Amino acid sequence: MYDIIVVGGGHAGCEAALASARRGHKTLLITGNIDNIADMPCNPSIGGSAKGIVVREIDALGGEMGRCADKSLLQIKMLNRAKGPAVRSLRAQADKITYPKNMINTLKKTTNLDIKEALVKDVITKGNIVNGVLLEDDTSINSKAVILTTGTYLNADIMVGNTRHREGPHGEKPSNYLSDNLAKKGFNIKRLKTGTPPRILKSSIDFDKAKIELGDSEELTFSFDNEIFYDVKKQIPCHLIYTTPKTHEIILNNLNKSSMYGGLDDIKGIGPRYCPSIEDKVVRFKDKERHQLFLEPESLFYDDIYLQGFSTSMPTDIQEDMVHSLPGLEKAKILKYAYAIEYDAIDSKQLKFSLETKIIENLYTAGQINGTSGYEEAACQGLIAGINASLKLENKEPLVLKRSEAYIGVLIDDLITKGIRDPYRLLTSRAEYRLLLRSDNADLRLTDYGYKLGLISDDRYNKFNEKKKAIQMCMDEFKSVRVTPKENDYLATLNTEILSAGMSLYELLKRPEIDVTSLTKYLSNEYDKAVLEQIALEAKYEGYIKKSLIDVRKMEKAEKTKIPENFDYDSLHNLASEAKQKLKEVRPDTIGQAQRISGVNPADISILTMYLKG
Amino acid sequence: MDDTIAAISTALGVGAISIIRVSGSEAIEIVNSIFTKDISNVKSHTIHYGFIVEKNEKVDEVLVSVMRGPKTFTTEDIVEINAHGGINTTNKILELLLVHGCRLAEPGEFTKRAFINGRIDLTEAEGVMDLINSETDAARKMALNQVNGKVSSLISNLRNDLAGIISNIEVNIDYPEYEDIKIMTIDDIKSQISTIENNINTILKESENGEILKNGIKTAIVGKPNVGKSSLLNRLIGEDKAIVTSIKGTTRDSVEATFNFDNIVLNLIDTAGIRDTDDVVESIGVSKSIKLIDEADLVLFVLNYNERFTDDDYVILEKLKNKNYITIINKIDLEKKIDDSNLKNVVYVSALEDKNIDDIKLKVKEMFNLDKIKTADLTYLTSARSKAILVKVLKSIDDVKKGLETDVPIDMIEIDLKNIWNLLGEIIGESYDEELLDQLFSRFCVGK
Repeated sequence: MYDIIVVGGGHAGCEAALASARRGHKTLLITGNIDNIADMPCNPSIGGSAKGIVVREIDALGGEMGRCADKSLLQIKMLNRAKGPAVRSLRAQADKITYPKNMINTLKKTTNLDIKEALVKDVITKGNIVNGVLLEDDTSINSKAVILTTGTYLNADIMVGNTRHREGPHGEKPSNYLSDNLAKKGFNIKRLKTGTPPRILKSSIDFDKAKIELGDSEELTFSFDNEIFYDVKKQIPCHLIYTTPKTHEIILNNLNKSSMYGGLDDIKGIGPRYCPSIEDKVVRFKDKERHQLFLEPESLFYDDIYLQGFSTSMPTDIQEDMVHSLPGLEKAKILKYAYAIEYDAIDSKQLKFSLETKIIENLYTAGQINGTSGYEEAACQGLIAGINASLKLENKEPLVLKRSEAYIGVLIDDLITKGIRDPYRLLTSRAEYRLLLRSDNADLRLTDYGYKLGLISDDRYNKFNEKKKAIQMCMDEFKSVRVTPKENDYLATLNTEILSAGMSLYELLKRPEIDVTSLTKYLSNEYDKAVLEQIALEAKYEGYIKKSLIDVRKMEKAEKTKIPENFDYDSLHNLASEAKQKLKEVRPDTIGQAQRISGVNPADISILTMYLKG
Repeated sequence: MDDTIAAISTALGVGAISIIRVSGSEAIEIVNSIFTKDISNVKSHTIHYGFIVEKNEKVDEVLVSVMRGPKTFTTEDIVEINAHGGINTTNKILELLLVHGCRLAEPGEFTKRAFINGRIDLTEAEGVMDLINSETDAARKMALNQVNGKVSSLISNLRNDLAGIISNIEVNIDYPEYEDIKIMTIDDIKSQISTIENNINTILKESENGEILKNGIKTAIVGKPNVGKSSLLNRLIGEDKAIVTSIKGTTRDSVEATFNFDNIVLNLIDTAGIRDTDDVVESIGVSKSIKLIDEADLVLFVLNYNERFTDDDYVILEKLKNKNYITIINKIDLEKKIDDSNLKNVVYVSALEDKNIDDIKLKVKEMFNLDKIKTADLTYLTSARSKAILVKVLKSIDDVKKGLETDVPIDMIEIDLKNIWNLLGEIIGESYDEELLDQLFSRFCVGK
């Protein structure tokens, strides 16, 4: 008898199993193939815009992805440096061999955690409560809670040209029964699709024809442990190339052979709104003369190059022609062909904020089964599901992060309140308070939660508190130390207006041309770069931060009005029928959540508010 | 429900005093911020005389009643502003209240608050519910219709252009690796923002005119005695065979005659006895003129061609500085004695000989831009709420400009841009939804 069973060993499953086991619950991780645990079946990178911030958040809560990525870096850079502090985000190329290896080592070292190779056919329930899982060989394993993190494996079909095969990524065994059995229990099953590009033999590429893309020259880490495991001078480059008119000609001439454009006539899956394949790009953006492609190294231990931007479901012979039309790839050898994949997902509106399903108690889902796309999106859900399943078994309130607290909060609220139409990718534009949700302050936002949950070590927590104290002290100094006109000679060297009267360092720092480091000579203490960064952000963007905080307060006010779980929306005759239907479907917990449901307009909200208060 | 609400609680129309009611915890504070007298500590259930002001400029002369909760209809603090009947003034005051933090009350909301706060008992509640239900349904329709087609599509276009900029910024941020996507520059944003600003200013201006066109122009004829005001009026009215209705005036102000030409309605105020006897009108002196000027949307300032400019004229002229006014120099059939070199908006007429009277009408049209406005499809906003939102938009546009000037990074600028986009959406009744993301994915080629 286990406390918690996690079904699936991908990025969601690993975080879920670790969180559960680390919190002292006897945990079983079931995976179709032990060798594929924490596999990166698509792009060899971790992070990216918004996603990099999520990795930092996972780390601050005591998850594993950040640390694991830091140990597996091929290259890392900070994106959007010039576009402002709110949108800076880390992106790394991670080694596809090293990353899973590091993760498996961590899993194996973790007490309370067993790993088993098997396929799950069904979840066992007792009344309305989950009681374990039934394997495809008909043995059953009991547990008090189950977390499903099955990725793209539910009824997965791989599609290349006019062929369709029932199999998971990389020819793995798919799960043929679980999704049908979930449907029988009342889950609405959606069909989604995505794809992956071909892998090319490195030695067959002429890199002279490509533009080199390097990592940053500054040492960077995802984890707030700040431990450096890579040599900043020996990062592996990526390369940029462009499609040619010939490439477009081949695609357009063979369009009907692509699975998605007529090669297969039974496509049901809904692909992402962004272009999932190169043929989509060429068809939908006819005027664009070229599309950019990145040549990304997959690992130091083998020779595959990932051709980012070239996903396709063309037959293999056309793929050969397409690849050979690219500059530097005229003689390229394709090691793995591109393919599209169709898979089942559940309707995320059938979940609670804890990621527990509304239909079956103690059953949780996380990752692509919930309709998201991306390793980071999966990992953060896994972490939250693991935390909340264990809290549930301890009879404690779940951890629900607010939209103003974390991208993780934005993602989960979107899933539950808005639902998904196509595979959900996290974007900074989905966050309305992104100035508060920065890469630099993820630790300040979330470490306390991680520590209280027992997922952050005392040592790490002490360091965190020291940092917090230093920020306060530094802020006090900046606000109390005054600079007088006596310093005008020095100020002139900073290309800033000289002073006619005294001014606090903090006021001076507000000037756009003043860099925080140019003022440290006036401080009596020395501070870390990370500490000074917090002061500079606060000083320079105070007005904007205030605006965001005002918006947050407005939202929080609306979140305070709770809606009873079984509220009878039909009794409010004058709610618009669309609003009624949406409200019944989502069953929002609060007025604040109800406001975010599309199709519910302000008049409906005021009627609802009135009834709740009356 | 803890926000402070405001609404005009009398039927909008000419001739009556209008009452604007404000209810909520900040009612007194908000009214105080636009009222000349400090009412923050006055006793409950008292009435106060003063002016509603906007940036030190008088908007209207009013009586303000202060009633502190819980002994009020809603049980909250209530302030009522008794204003002049003019639609423009009343709307202007409401607009000011909204800009200062009130929310426009929905129909029935005062009753609703009374109910929620336990002021009305359960038996009454059923009836109230029905009332509210029906009114909110109507409110939904109203919200949809309050901006007419033309202005709605104009705002919708502005909003779309803005969405183009926002989604371009977003795609630069969320897909930084796409090097051939255009990077939004400060100049791009500046020019777009100016276009929006100009359009909004036009909408606001035309709204004012549109409203004037719809509701009539509150017109005062002023001038020293014996310049020919009454004969001028009689000439205007006589010429057009206008219907002159005598509406019983209240004690505060009144429209005593309306006449129209080319679909334009002039509401003449204080014409006391104008048709009966010249003497009464001619007795209207400077002090009376000044009072009339305050109330009017348009002032016809009548001067005598045959008479030198006097100190009294200067007093009136000074008062007219920020008003729409036409200087009518009458009696051109006589010898010229007036020094007209520094006068503006001048029309030369002879009421006696019926010369150039039509020039006055042309001038009115020109002044209110009325030629450009087609009566069928007016480019204007009718609700104070929409106007208050546009004022907020202008404020955010200012913030964007300031941000651009001080090299604030694009992610901060975007906060204000998104705010503008949301506000414009509020006017045309569109919410956030997934619209911006759709824009992003449909305009830019990004993928995996």
